[in-house]
Amino acid sequence: MSDIIRRDPRREHILRNRLHPDHGVVLALVGGALSDAARWIGPSGLVRRNPHAVGFIGPNGLRRIDRSGAPTSGLRSAAKSEAASDSRREVVISEPAFYIAVVADLPGGRLSAHDRDLLGLARQLADAERDGAVLLLAFGELRDEGLGDSGVDRVLEFKGGHYDGYGPEARLATLFVVERDLRPRHWIFPESTLGGGELGRRLAARLGVRPATQVWQIADGRCTGRGAAGATDITRALPSVVLALPECGEPVTDTRHAATPLAVTAAVALPLRRVEDLGAVAVDPAGVALAEAEFILSAGNGITDWDGFHHAAKVLGAAEGASRVAVDNGFMPRHRQVGATGTWVTARVYLAAGISGAIQHLQGIQSCEKVVAINTDPGCDMVKRADLAVIGNAGEVLGELVKLIGKTQGERRDVAA
Amino acid sequence: MLLREGSKGAASSGALKVAALVSLGRHPVTGRGRRAEQDARAVELGLSLTSSEHISLIHAGTAADETVQAMRGYLGMGLDALDLIVQPPDADVLPALATRVMETRPGLVLCGSRGESGEASGMLPYLLAERLGWTLVSGVAKVEAVEGDSMTVLQALPRGQRRRLKVRLPAIATVDSAAPPPRQSAFGPARRAKVRHFELSGQIDAEAADWTVSPARKRPKRLKIVKASSARDRFKVAAAKAEGGGGQVVKGVSAQAGAEAILKLLREEGVVR
Repeated sequence: MSDIIRRDPRREHILRNRLHPDHGVVLALVGGALSDAARWIGPSGLVRRNPHAVGFIGPNGLRRIDRSGAPTSGLRSAAKSEAASDSRREVVISEPAFYIAVVADLPGGRLSAHDRDLLGLARQLADAERDGAVLLLAFGELRDEGLGDSGVDRVLEFKGGHYDGYGPEARLATLFVVERDLRPRHWIFPESTLGGGELGRRLAARLGVRPATQVWQIADGRCTGRGAAGATDITRALPSVVLALPECGEPVTDTRHAATPLAVTAAVALPLRRVEDLGAVAVDPAGVALAEAEFILSAGNGITDWDGFHHAAKVLGAAEGASRVAVDNGFMPRHRQVGATGTWVTARVYLAAGISGAIQHLQGIQSCEKVVAINTDPGCDMVKRADLAVIGNAGEVLGELVKLIGKTQGERRDVAA
Repeated sequence: MLLREGSKGAASSGALKVAALVSLGRHPVTGRGRRAEQDARAVELGLSLTSSEHISLIHAGTAADETVQAMRGYLGMGLDALDLIVQPPDADVLPALATRVMETRPGLVLCGSRGESGEASGMLPYLLAERLGWTLVSGVAKVEAVEGDSMTVLQALPRGQRRRLKVRLPAIATVDSAAPPPRQSAFGPARRAKVRHFELSGQIDAEAADWTVSPARKRPKRLKIVKASSARDRFKVAAAKAEGGGGQVVKGVSAQAGAEAILKLLREEGVVR
């Protein structure tokens, strides 16, 4: 159905003029501009009106009265919002003329904000000519469902034991095969310590290409990157390997892409492993700065058993945070305060126990990816912000959580023994 | 620190020989030459590994006064000599460094992950490793043990995490800001230490001549672009408050069931193992 409203002046005139001979017929056709409840003929022959029954309740809870004579907009607005959600242009590239390869960091199997910026940048390069496709290379398990929405046309996923952990040599060999097989026009890597910066440099060294590093802008076939520890800007012709900083491009928002899985035909010859990963080392979470802790367990006014809270943080291996109330009441030190007046945290998972979520606190956790709330009040702001909210006493739930973890660890120990 | 006598490899002749590649740093405020922050950390890491006579400092660059003064900053950390390979101002220092490293044959080469002057692309250790065919490991925070022809290191990850790696020697290790901070440089020893000059022909970096280098511009701050079709949507974005973001609410269950739901999410995110 078309969204364009077609006015019929004659019909509107008849609707306005209740002495018109066709008034009743047209009114019935429009159906409910003024329903029976709002207007009827009284026993004495007078037209009676009920002003409270006129109109409809709008989406924001206010009564709206439509005097245009048009059919009531309830149905139409629903259709409209549906159309709005699908308004992004669908882009399908069946025969790519060239590829722009993006090797994303994918922390936790999902695109980070930095990865999205890179995809936006790749999109900009791919769309400069006809039928350019953005190719995403993912090592390890890929858990992001919105790849197409971020501008990915093709996905190359490499799974398997040799890609787990730190294995730059195996990854480099894979990239080399992709280079031979698909010949991407550009390779884009995130300039990050998560592995992208290293892998990009390794590939550039292997290919004998001089990469552009610390790039923050690409325009007209030239790129600008930081040099000399951020003191200078170096502008040069765009090379085939680019290591780009965060916010180098705008993330894709107005098109949808196919994100078709792709496979490399050639086999990857895995090289001799000269660096062996012996696994992560347990780091004392209390020693990590709160601003860069990955997992924070934060306490607020709803916590009464503080020993239990500290124990839970230890068992979970989480850094401890606190709301302002907990700090003001002297239960937690000042440097553990999360929020506008405390630390702005960047944790990937933020577990808020007994915090109702003052706006200053919610500001401080803006960049957290997953927020879990435990609270007794289902209507509080933290529950609204949270990806998972458990309604209940924070102390009890934390106690159960500690018990559960203890149980599974005990089971694992039994299996090992 | 564990240092065992190995049966073969680079460390077989006794203690591990370490070479530290050092560069000219620049003070971020005054712009004066100094020891580079990360390179100084690399030297510190080397000093924690072995005694100072087994460490050789190598710098390739011009023999200008400022450079030599800055190099004395490294020497003041307790080292006797530095090898200064004299190169023309715009030279590609990689061939010279590769030659020098091949001559000294260290078991481990340490350097900062990125320079503080010039292009500072951080490519040098990678190109050197590619050229020499050595193992490369990046972001080393600590060397735990050296045993024969391999060593165990802690690699720094974002968010203060560490990863233990076993690295085959000879290797090139880059050091970044996660490594222990360098000791203070003492003026007297720095004056007394020797700077040995070597002459090696350098290749001019022709590609860099085409670049435009300017003082760093402040990066434009990203604007919050609202792509809303109606006034109501725009208003909603402008007056954004915490809204139900489709989060799951577990309600009216026992504390145990709630805890199970949380644990499931924590396991999915990989923060609890």
